[in-house]
Formats: sequence, structure tokens, C-alpha cells
Amino acid sequence: MAATAPPLPQKRRLDSSLSSWRWGDRIGFVACWAAGIGLCLIAAGIVLYMGFQGLKYLDATLLVTHPNVDTDQSKSGGFLDPIIGTVLLTLIGIAIATPIAVGTAVWLVEYGRPAWLARLVESGIEVVAGTPDIVIAIFGLALFQKGLFSWMSFSAAGGAVFGRSFLTAGAMMSLIALPMVFGATREGLQSIPAHVREASYALGKTRIATIRRVLLPAVKPNVSTGAALGMGRIAGDTAIVVVLLGATLRLQSEGGLPVLGTLRGTGSTLTSYVYNNSPAGEGAAPNRAYAAAFVLLLVVIALNFAVDGIARRGARYGLESTRLDRQ
Amino acid sequence: MIGNEETHDVERLLPPPIKRIVVDEQLQPTIVQPPVADPVAATGPSAGAVRAGARAHRRGTPGPERMTLDGLSVSYGTKRAVNEVSLPIRQGEVLALIGPSGCGKTTLLRTLNRLTELTPTARREGRILLDGQDVDELEVTALRRRVSMVFQQPNPFPMSIFDNVAYALREQAMKRPGKAAVEPQVIDALRRAGLYDEVKDDLSRPALRLSGGQQQRLCIARALAVRPEVLLMDEPCSALDPRSTAVIEELIQELRSELAIVIVTHNLQQAYRVGDHVAFMYLGDLVEYGRTEQVFAAPRAQRTRDYVGGAFG
Repeated sequence: MAATAPPLPQKRRLDSSLSSWRWGDRIGFVACWAAGIGLCLIAAGIVLYMGFQGLKYLDATLLVTHPNVDTDQSKSGGFLDPIIGTVLLTLIGIAIATPIAVGTAVWLVEYGRPAWLARLVESGIEVVAGTPDIVIAIFGLALFQKGLFSWMSFSAAGGAVFGRSFLTAGAMMSLIALPMVFGATREGLQSIPAHVREASYALGKTRIATIRRVLLPAVKPNVSTGAALGMGRIAGDTAIVVVLLGATLRLQSEGGLPVLGTLRGTGSTLTSYVYNNSPAGEGAAPNRAYAAAFVLLLVVIALNFAVDGIARRGARYGLESTRLDRQ
Repeated sequence: MIGNEETHDVERLLPPPIKRIVVDEQLQPTIVQPPVADPVAATGPSAGAVRAGARAHRRGTPGPERMTLDGLSVSYGTKRAVNEVSLPIRQGEVLALIGPSGCGKTTLLRTLNRLTELTPTARREGRILLDGQDVDELEVTALRRRVSMVFQQPNPFPMSIFDNVAYALREQAMKRPGKAAVEPQVIDALRRAGLYDEVKDDLSRPALRLSGGQQQRLCIARALAVRPEVLLMDEPCSALDPRSTAVIEELIQELRSELAIVIVTHNLQQAYRVGDHVAFMYLGDLVEYGRTEQVFAAPRAQRTRDYVGGAFG
């Protein structure tokens, strides 16, 4: 038996002070904190600055008056048309993107045969997601100026197709929202355990009925999350608006029909309005730019909160905590 | 190891008989004393057959044969999971499939309603008859309505309690029957699964908010709603706590009179408690099939003896 106990190894406590750490750890630790806090500061800076500038110049009449081209700032109107334009374009884009994205995700997860085609589809969506929006816009212009798509926009007397309208811009906008809806839906479908599908098959249900009645309702929150994210991207996009929406300040209807005329016509959005009024654009009316930018920021932040809200709501597979509240 | 001359001692080694648990409306379990065990078994070894309190209610006569497996083999690619199994499945009794992990019992179960066909590599040989008719001749959706299934994990669909059961009833027609049309059947199914009294106040509650045991009973209700002839249960209690397990075992006892039940279980005590017949599988082979008492007390095959003995002795 030993007379003295061996000295206990010096344990480093988890909450020991920084001074006992290695230098590399200290630098890493500080860098991590700095990065996180720095990001918060930048976000707060953007929101506060835009809020300050926006509220300074924003007044309610700007929201409800049509814009006007005038050298006198007091007569150049508000940005009602850009607000309507943003809403319209976002709705068109997401309305096209959601069914395509959900359909693709369902096919990929539930069928996905042959495997090479599934891989191809996935890479295709990755390519679309990675393509710069200005490239998508130029491609859209080239595409929609074909005679085949003359119904979507204004055609000149000689048969030349203008290619710029809410419909064409919305169609291309759907491409930048599609990857987000697709990704969220696929993730949702993949998180549903296989035995849930089997439970439906075991009740004598077909694959289609299972998708329609069990899987799609189950991924509804995912689809909504993806759609809200995609709407945020559409609302914030400028390149496609500048190239494909015709950049007329007001909504210019094309043809006599009330709704279709507007859709076939040109217009502007908050993003193009900000761009045109900023010192970089033609208008050089920074106060208008700030006010519109603030409104745009509010729209996008509201969409982000909607995403959070949707993600938290409802019981979903994989969230076991919701099952325990009655135990 | 249990030798033949020691068979009467099995009774001593078995777990105490399951207590009857009645769940009242406040979800407070009250323990009711189990029915008194057969005095023969209680006083000691005088009969060859082993009896326990939980098994005292067994009927002697087996019902008509509902399903017949004839030389059934299933392979995944080159690996043979089930090897030439022939078994009867009878109305009004519980067949317990036991055996170590990977012995093919779940594969066998999933073959009965042709669920293995969802696995692209799975291949089946041999015949399965349902009421004398080959299951391959039946529409697979029709077969699965007659041979219903409950899974290991409670898997209610992400909809209300009512819709979970109604989903099973609604045919794939252009016009879905409304709530009123299916309501009596839904309530009946919930009653048979012993869940109705607990959930009747709010059937529109999301099913995923129920406790694990209630979810599993909801899955049983869903499976019963289509009025199946055979109910397949794949380790239905393995994800549940002992109380919920007891409730479901009780339920199995009540249901066995009206339909044939095949249950896969890892839990030998459970197989003993609920099974009328036991089939022991090992590496895809059906090693032993017989009445529960006989398989547990006097197994014929050495492998059965090892398996059953290892768990009990």
C-alpha cells in the first residue's frame, strides 16, 4: 500500500478563465464572439440607419400616390405603383415556382427513378440556384422575345416581341424562388419516416393517395417556409426587374383586358424604384430611395418573421417534444 | 437449460401474470387483481401442460384457417431472409413470431400484406393463401384492407384523430364521403381500440399530440377501421412504456375473438402472454411452431430450447 496518494492530475475546468488557455484557443474564442456580435451590429446598423432615413422621408402620401416624372421633387409623386409591382411580381413568381418545386421534390423523393435522371434533376436545380440573377434575366429576355411568347408581352406592329412584362419577369423570378421551395419541400419529405408511408400503403392506399393525403399535408409547413423565403428573394431582386419589367415607373397596361392587360404590361418595383432614385440611378432623389428602401426592408423582414412563425407552428415528424405534452 | 423433467418449473420462472389495467377517463390507472390462476398450476406440478393466470382464458378449439403460408421464401438480392416457411394463421387466435434480430420474422410479416414488394430487391417464392385464394391474384390495395398492419413505431398521420381513422375508410373515389358518412365507423373503430373514452371530447385534436401509447392505439383503430380479417402487428409495444404495453396486450386479448392476429415480438414474456401459437424463427428458418405452452415448456428443437431457455432460465 502506498504511503502517499499520487497527485491528482490538474484538470482544466470548463469555465476557467481565458488566461489559462492556449493562445490559439484565446484568439479563436475571441474571433468567434467578434464574428457573432459583429454580424448583429451590421444587421442592427442596416435596420436602424434605413429606419432613421426612411422614417425621416417617409410619409403616408408616398405610399398611396402614383409616381410622376418631374424635375420638381414635390411633384414627382410617391411609390404606389412600385409597391403594387413588387406584390404582383412576387405573387406571380411564387405562384409559378411553388407547384413546379413541390412537384419536382415529390417526384425526386417519392419516385426518383431512374437514378441518373434524379441526379440530373438535382444538379439542374443546383445550377439554377447558382446562376446569377442578371444571367437569368438576360436569358429570359432572349427567350421571351421569341414569337412563341408574344402573348406574354407587348408586340410591335412589325411582329417584334418586346419580351418585357410582369408575366415574363415573373416567370424568370420563379427560377430564383424555385430552389428555395424545392429544398424546403425535399427536406420535409425526407424527414418523414418510411414507416409512415408504409402505414398508408398498409391501409390499402395507393402511392398517389399517400402523397396527396398524407405526405403533402405533412410538408405544408416546409412548403410555406420555402415559399416565404422565395418571396423574400423575389421582392429583393433588382436585375430581373430592370431587364425584364420594362422599367416604366408606372404600371403600363397592355391591351384592353383589365387584369391580363396589367400582367402583360410593364411597371416597376420597389427595388427598381430605389435603384432609379438613388444617386447611382437617374432620378437622384435619395430621400425617395431611402423611404422606398425602408418599406422594402420592412416587407422582407416581415416575410422572414413569417418563416419563423411557420417553422414553429404545428406538430411535425421529428419534433418529439410535441408528443410529450400530454404525458 | 430446461430439461424435460423440469418442465413444470417453467411456471415458477415465468413473470407474474399481467395485471388488468383499466384506464378511466382521467387517465388514472387502477390496478385490478388478475383472475385467479388455474389452481392446478398454482399448487404445483401435476399436469404436463403449463398454465398461468394470464393464459387461463385460452380456448381449446382453433378457429378456421384464414391465411396459409406454403413454402414461403423471401430474398433480398442474394440474401435469403425467409426460407421455405409453411404456417397456418387461424381466425380467433394470436400467432406470435419470435426469434433473434434479423431472423426474418418482420420480413415474413411484411410479406403477408405484400409490403415487401415496396423493396425493389425483394423476391418472393412460395404461396400465400387468404381464405384459399392466392394473394397474388388479389388487387394489392384490396389485400391490404383485408390484411391490415400496425407498426413498431406509432405512426399516426399529421392530421386530426378523426381524420386518421377516416383516412382508412375513405375510398379513392372522386367524391370523398363526408364526415357524417364515416363518423359511426370511426367511433366504432376508436371504441374497439379502447381509445374512444380518452379522446371523445375532441376528435379534431392533432393525432401527433397524443401520448405514445394513445398514438399506437390510434394506429390500431386505423387498422381496425377497414374491418380486416387479419391484423399484423410488428413489435407494437417496443416503443411504449410498460403501462401502455399492458393496455395494448389487453386489447389484443379482446380483439382475438373477431380476427386473426399475427404479432412479431422480441419480448418472450409478451409472446407467452398473448400468443396462442408461437412460431420460432432462426436465420430465416421456421424452427418450431406449436401451441405456446408446448413451445415454451417443452420445445422440440435444441435451438428453440437455447433461445427460450436463455431468456427464461
